[in-house]
Amino acid sequence: MNAIAFDPDVCKSCPTVDCLMKCQYIAIADVAEARQEKQKINAGQDCRVLHECLTCYACQEYCPNGNNPFFVLVERQEELGLLPAPRPIVAEQLKMMAPKGRITKAPVATPVVNMCAFPMLTGSIRGRLFEGASVITGTDIFCNVMWLHFAKNSVIRERVPMAIDNIMSYYLKDSDVTDMVCFHDECYGTYTTLAKAYGIDVPFHPIHLFDYINQRLDDLADAIKPLNQVIAYQRPCSNRLAPGTDAVLDEIFKKIGAERVPRKYDRENALCCGGVPRAHQRDEFADDLVEKNIADMLDIKATYCVFNCPFCMATMAQEVAERGLMPILVSDLVMAALGE
Amino acid sequence: MKDFVKKLETIVGEAFVSAEAEERYLYSMDQGTMPPAEPDAVVMPKTTDEVAQIVRLANEFKVPLVPMGGGLVLSGLTRALKGGVVVDMKRMDTVVEVNPASRYAVVEAGVSQGGLKAYLAKHHPDLKHSMPDAPPAATIAGNICIHGSGHLSVLGGFHSDMLTGMEVVLPTGEVVRTGSCSVSPQWFARAPLPDLSGLFLGWSGTTGIVTRLGIRLYPNYRYNDMLIYVCETAEQMPEAISLLTSVQVAEDMTPWMVPKPEWAKGFFHINIAFGAHSKKELIFKRNLIQESVRRLTDTKRAGFLPIPPVQKGRFMQIPSPDLARFADARKGGGFEYVGAMMAIERFPEAYARGMEIAEKFHVTYSLGARIIGAGHAMMFFFAYAFNRADTEDVQRAADALEETNRACLAMGGIPWKAELPAQKEILQQMDAGTVGLMDRLRNTLDPNRIMNPGNWEA
Amino acid sequence: MEYQEILHRCFRCGYCKFPSNYADINCPAYLSFRFETFAPGGRMWLLSALMNGKIGVSQRLGQIMFSCTGCGNCVEHCAMPDFRDQLLLAFTAGRDVILETGMVPGPVRDYLTKVQNSGNPYGKSGSKRADWRPGTDVAAYNGQEYLFFAGDVGSYDPRGQEIARSVAGLLKKAGVDFGVLADGECSDGNDVAMIGEQALFEELAEKNIKTFTDRGVKKIVTLSPHAFHAFKNLYPSLGGEFQVFHYTQLLAFFLGALSFQPDAETTRVTFHDPCFLGRHNLDYQSCRTVLSVLPGIELVEMDRNRKNAMCCGGGSGNLFTDMISGGDDSPARSRCREAHAAGATVMAVACPICAVMLEDAVKTEGLSDKLQVREISELVAERLAS
Repeated sequence: MNAIAFDPDVCKSCPTVDCLMKCQYIAIADVAEARQEKQKINAGQDCRVLHECLTCYACQEYCPNGNNPFFVLVERQEELGLLPAPRPIVAEQLKMMAPKGRITKAPVATPVVNMCAFPMLTGSIRGRLFEGASVITGTDIFCNVMWLHFAKNSVIRERVPMAIDNIMSYYLKDSDVTDMVCFHDECYGTYTTLAKAYGIDVPFHPIHLFDYINQRLDDLADAIKPLNQVIAYQRPCSNRLAPGTDAVLDEIFKKIGAERVPRKYDRENALCCGGVPRAHQRDEFADDLVEKNIADMLDIKATYCVFNCPFCMATMAQEVAERGLMPILVSDLVMAALGE
Repeated sequence: MKDFVKKLETIVGEAFVSAEAEERYLYSMDQGTMPPAEPDAVVMPKTTDEVAQIVRLANEFKVPLVPMGGGLVLSGLTRALKGGVVVDMKRMDTVVEVNPASRYAVVEAGVSQGGLKAYLAKHHPDLKHSMPDAPPAATIAGNICIHGSGHLSVLGGFHSDMLTGMEVVLPTGEVVRTGSCSVSPQWFARAPLPDLSGLFLGWSGTTGIVTRLGIRLYPNYRYNDMLIYVCETAEQMPEAISLLTSVQVAEDMTPWMVPKPEWAKGFFHINIAFGAHSKKELIFKRNLIQESVRRLTDTKRAGFLPIPPVQKGRFMQIPSPDLARFADARKGGGFEYVGAMMAIERFPEAYARGMEIAEKFHVTYSLGARIIGAGHAMMFFFAYAFNRADTEDVQRAADALEETNRACLAMGGIPWKAELPAQKEILQQMDAGTVGLMDRLRNTLDPNRIMNPGNWEA
Repeated sequence: MEYQEILHRCFRCGYCKFPSNYADINCPAYLSFRFETFAPGGRMWLLSALMNGKIGVSQRLGQIMFSCTGCGNCVEHCAMPDFRDQLLLAFTAGRDVILETGMVPGPVRDYLTKVQNSGNPYGKSGSKRADWRPGTDVAAYNGQEYLFFAGDVGSYDPRGQEIARSVAGLLKKAGVDFGVLADGECSDGNDVAMIGEQALFEELAEKNIKTFTDRGVKKIVTLSPHAFHAFKNLYPSLGGEFQVFHYTQLLAFFLGALSFQPDAETTRVTFHDPCFLGRHNLDYQSCRTVLSVLPGIELVEMDRNRKNAMCCGGGSGNLFTDMISGGDDSPARSRCREAHAAGATVMAVACPICAVMLEDAVKTEGLSDKLQVREISELVAERLAS
């Protein structure tokens, strides 16, 4: 088993302990307490943070040293048997999301769009934005990063290589394709940051959806009819694994006339959608997160609540719509600007 | 019989009597496994007076009468075991009265569950009645008379507990009323009178023909939600049920254990439905329910499934077509279940026996329950799908059902709306005095024994 | 028989009897007769019994099978996703089995005989097909953009002829380039196909296809939704590939070419969806679009509308065979009561069969002074600016 890429000395000498000090969910009094908690985590000891962690991935982004604090935390949770969610819930999800062996070989052509475990959203891959795209989807190519929310690094280590192998052997290899567009941040994060940290080889070239869309918008520049609307963006946890792509999203919004007005809970301060805390049996906390998010979006007078994570959208869309905002995926918003 | 049919025609009109082979065939059976028993004719009355005339005529000719509502009982209770005439009540389909202040409705015996639901949605959107899991074609009267249960049974108990009074044509043709409507123009309660409604509840149409009845209505909430509790073992279920019902917030609680989808196999779920006037109240109620089992969920042995709001709709559909779809599990249009009224502490045993029987007979199964009242009892069901076109498969399901019925009795449970073989088992196990009393009552009410004969016969 | 493999899979749960909200019985034959045998589930089980020799063919079975109007409510509401689409096909196959035994109910036999001998269910000469045209300046088809197909009821029934004249007149005013055939046409065969007489249907269809093809027809506009359905969905498999429109679809498109009188007194109008435009072809909108732009019309919906609309009872030849029979709860009378209860004084229709069925029912129901049945083109025409 490959150890997670992590340097305890770098962590030990960190002056800011941003991973915990910036955490929006765990109350830490000062750097001294943060450092103490970190030392316990690094030493494999039980501590408060391991119990209170919301598993939002944000510390991966906050760490100034790229030292994978969140992956290490999940490792410790699993080693110590500190499950954030009840056992039967994890067990059912493990079965639900397991590779089913239903995959069949199919020729693909660029752009290959990986819809991961969201087959119900394949209808989103349409129009000029995705012209000629080959769509691949199903639990056999599920990126499996979700197990970070459930203290299951072991499942990630077991299933991610299987998914990679399936993607290659059932789709990309025979068609001599190396590029793969990841519809979901989670996939991109898996095949870049996570794979690197876990020592998993990725034989293809993952492309973030934002990079793909941004490029396409240059090709389709003449077709863009600027939306001229204020939008609120619900940045998902998995984007913490690829924070550089958030700037690409800004370029996209600019091109389509979507104004991402600054708000409290965006960018580095993005708040969880509330989906995972419900699995952790923290519904009241999740309610609070949803309320803060939506109130913040309403404060900036947004018309659209834009999602890139389908799970965030499933969690929040109904409430968002009831409060007068229009829930929409980034790709659909772009298509609206293209008049489709 | 020809003369009898002619006379029936003079009562209800020629169009609503048939002694044709097609009607006799179709009314000889229901969707379950019981073998057909053909009636000589089928009649469809429109009024209480017509029912009374039919009953008097049947006494004169000594012709058995088998009252039928939706015909969806599955256990063959509306088969003409000794020939005679099936009385299809569905033309008596008027919602007679809704009293919003005292929250009751008076309906004719042929009013369907779907019909009342739609009527209330249109005319009294703040009210609802307890819908069983049967298809919407099931009748209110039929379901109450078999002690059905449904989507408000944690709140209000068995559907027969929600009954406020009845109009019944006795086996001798007299029309009687039970409950407050026997004294008052209003149908608000069965108390404080001698509870004669019991003479017609659970008797499978052997003591009279119900022509109209009053039922309790309940607040129809604007906001509704549901939770799915899940745990790892059957042994944990009685405690969970006890705790979840103890806060008295849920309207309905239905445990379920199924082999498919694969992810659900081997786990124990409880759907918990509740409603509220406001979102705030809804969240308060959700929190109460969740807190009730916090000591179990804190151990990580159990929890509530995270279900995105958009996916909850299918769990909250009333009635749910999924139940009917189970009939196509073997691509064969058939399923039947043993629903046994049982003490809740028997849950683990019932589950274990159900699994054993399903395995023994290789039947496609679905196990589950409906909690009655604040954890006062449960209707535990063992449902088996079969292929109607495959006689061996039908027989296998019938054998599994029979063994299940015996197992339920052995566990201290009582099969609900029991098939004929199960009725005999129940009677064998029943206190001799009770059996004698049932017989005396039937002889008194029905001296010619024309009402659905063959059922509840010692 | 075809589709025999699905017969036993019906559970007879009864969703097929109702609209989405279960408020009323929405199966025309079951509403009329009320025996379980006449519900779609009953038919499934009886056909299964017939195929297994448990029952035989009889007059009663004929009544049960041929009283189904093919309205599609059962297909729409059946709870079984795996075979619901095949329900009507199974009934049609079952009727075919009965037809082959020769024990066909008299009215059905007469209907088919007339169509066989005359090419229409009126038993009238094909040469009289264009008799609805006198008094109009409708041109003979000669390569115009559209062929206007008046169909059996539009060609031979006096009320149908009025409607045909009205629609043709309106299409002309809207600037639609069309003509009609004086010969060579016969029944579209839609209801013959529904009855299960596939050979006769093919004969009719092939005759029409040959005529249309020989005359160079590319686009057809039909008076009847039944013909629309046949041309659009049944003819292609026999080689008849045409662009097909119901006249209300063209009207909705060409409305802009018409000018209307200033607002008159408001009339409350309800719209009765024809089964073969609505449920069978999913166009619930064209007619409503037309009605919604007419001045002086307040459109009110009946409880049962769009996919839940109640059939008039005239489909699958029942306009002629009346296998569904009259009675207080005939579908047409039930529909008239519903329109009246919705507060409408006019029930708009878009099918000549519905027009004939419902106009009769309004009279029988004693609602003549409260409710009028009007065909959509007539409502349009009387509001045109002169």
